[in-house]
Amino acid sequence: MNSIRRFVDKIKPNFEKGGKFPFLLSTFEAFETFLFVPNIVTKKGSHIRDAMDMKRTMIVVVIALVPALMFGMWNGGYQNSLALGIERTLLENFWFGFLRIFPILVVSYVVGLGTEFIFAQIRNHEVAEGYLVSGILIPMVLPIDTPLWMVAVATIFAVVIGKEVFGGVGMNILNPALTARAFLFFAYPTYMSGDFVWIKGLMKGEGIVDGFSGATALGQAAINEPLLNTSGNTMSGMDMFMGTIPGSIGETSTIAILIGAIFLIYTGVGSWKIIFSVFAGGAAMGLLLNLFGGNALMEIPFWQHLMLGGFAFGAVFMATDPVSASQTDRGKWIYGFLIGVLAIIIRVLNPAFPEGVMLAILLMNVFAPLIDHYVIEAHIKRRLKRAKVSTNANSI
Amino acid sequence: MSEREPLFSSKNMKLLRDPLNDSNPITVQVLGICSALAVTVKLENSVVMTMSVIAVMAVSNVVISLLRKTIPPRIRIIVQLTIIATMVILVDEILQAFAYEVSKQLSVFVGLIITNCIIMGRLEAFALANKPWPAFLDGIGNAAGYGVIMIIVAFFRELLGSGTIWGFPVFEKIGLYDVGYVNNGMMILPPMALITVGIIIWVQRSRNKELIEDN
Repeated sequence: MNSIRRFVDKIKPNFEKGGKFPFLLSTFEAFETFLFVPNIVTKKGSHIRDAMDMKRTMIVVVIALVPALMFGMWNGGYQNSLALGIERTLLENFWFGFLRIFPILVVSYVVGLGTEFIFAQIRNHEVAEGYLVSGILIPMVLPIDTPLWMVAVATIFAVVIGKEVFGGVGMNILNPALTARAFLFFAYPTYMSGDFVWIKGLMKGEGIVDGFSGATALGQAAINEPLLNTSGNTMSGMDMFMGTIPGSIGETSTIAILIGAIFLIYTGVGSWKIIFSVFAGGAAMGLLLNLFGGNALMEIPFWQHLMLGGFAFGAVFMATDPVSASQTDRGKWIYGFLIGVLAIIIRVLNPAFPEGVMLAILLMNVFAPLIDHYVIEAHIKRRLKRAKVSTNANSI
Repeated sequence: MSEREPLFSSKNMKLLRDPLNDSNPITVQVLGICSALAVTVKLENSVVMTMSVIAVMAVSNVVISLLRKTIPPRIRIIVQLTIIATMVILVDEILQAFAYEVSKQLSVFVGLIITNCIIMGRLEAFALANKPWPAFLDGIGNAAGYGVIMIIVAFFRELLGSGTIWGFPVFEKIGLYDVGYVNNGMMILPPMALITVGIIIWVQRSRNKELIEDN
């Protein structure tokens, strides 16, 4: 540790004013504060010291994402082995998925952080740490077969149009990772939906087992087919809960996501109010549609809706993004509940967009400031009323 | 009587030049956005659209300027509309006669030039109070300022969305599809036109700091 400290101190003068590379100061600072706790202290006013600064918060989220990511890597291999009829061990499956998913992760981080560094240099800002989480979220919401250059384009779009135009980290209206996914969804629809993109190897169509279908549960329901898993049996609630079904990299396993959710709630980083109300909203809307019935999508039991597609992933990791979510307590309940309701509405009533969760969260991101505004207004009105009553009482 | 102003005095040239940059109708005044979103999928369409707007705008500016002393103020809007509508119908007929394919693609948007906020705006703000020649230059300038943005947006939308420029398959010829490139379907959708216009505004304002509003 000491040797690193000494090295950092040695090269520091190069980046300060009058040094050789003053224009790289923000880059240097980003790496220095990544390695060491900054030694700058607030000079005046009262302030609270807490170990949870931005970087630690971000790391907590990244750790919470690890179970889902690990599962996604294994599932990548497992689905491929089912599709091509290959026998593999657990580790081989994991390794197969790892080899496909790791490059996507690398591209997402290199391109995203590169863009952030460039903007920080141009604007003479410090490099913000917001991308640490977006960088792992973006690969997790993509199909495993997404070409790497598309990942790069979407990442640049999300960072520049989703974040930097609004003023950088903390100023964005929309969740950057979902912006990237929405961009890909509308720009390259054939790579983001359909029956072939979810499992590695299907695009080329080589040696597929007879009668095999790579469609996701929602894709099958949209065309009124019974839900089958990749081995051709009826898809059970257990399949959905464990996540041994086709889907985007990180979204399939409800249990892995719940482990992350528990960790987020325990550390206080993710808002349990939002997570809970998204599930409540989804369940309520699902139940309502179950009562009507009519087609395969409407007849999916409401509790299965919560485990299919990106619902759980969106509820736990996307809706809780502290920047784009509602800030007030009451607002969080409304915000979350509406995400749940809208996600199921879009998913069921508009089969062209089976991935309603993404659109629902983006839509509510836009409305979050409005919800906050009215929550605060209502609060002020209530307090004013109380104040008036008490002054009246005094005057009598 | 004061001395006659030369035809291309610096004041007159300013009328022509300003709308191209510092008071661009689309990026600075944010007028005429609707058609900028609708007809910029292809370069050809937006060039034709630009020419139509230039024609309508120049002529109606001049006509209104000639009539400016005889139009009663209370009915000026309807008079302006009548003149613009006449011009638009003329342009539409000419397009249908000589460029039928393009006019079919532009469809309703030629007719909608009537509602283009830039035209009404310039008639109200400029032609009603100025002589015909400056009004003519102002019309050409504003329509060209509109056209420049239209053409820039259309260039990028056609190139990235369909891989062509003026119908010529550029990306196919340089073999980009063979290495796995795919056209960006979002470029064809209207939201991307809005984002492209936004990026142009961003670039323009970072080059010219005077355009940035304080708030």
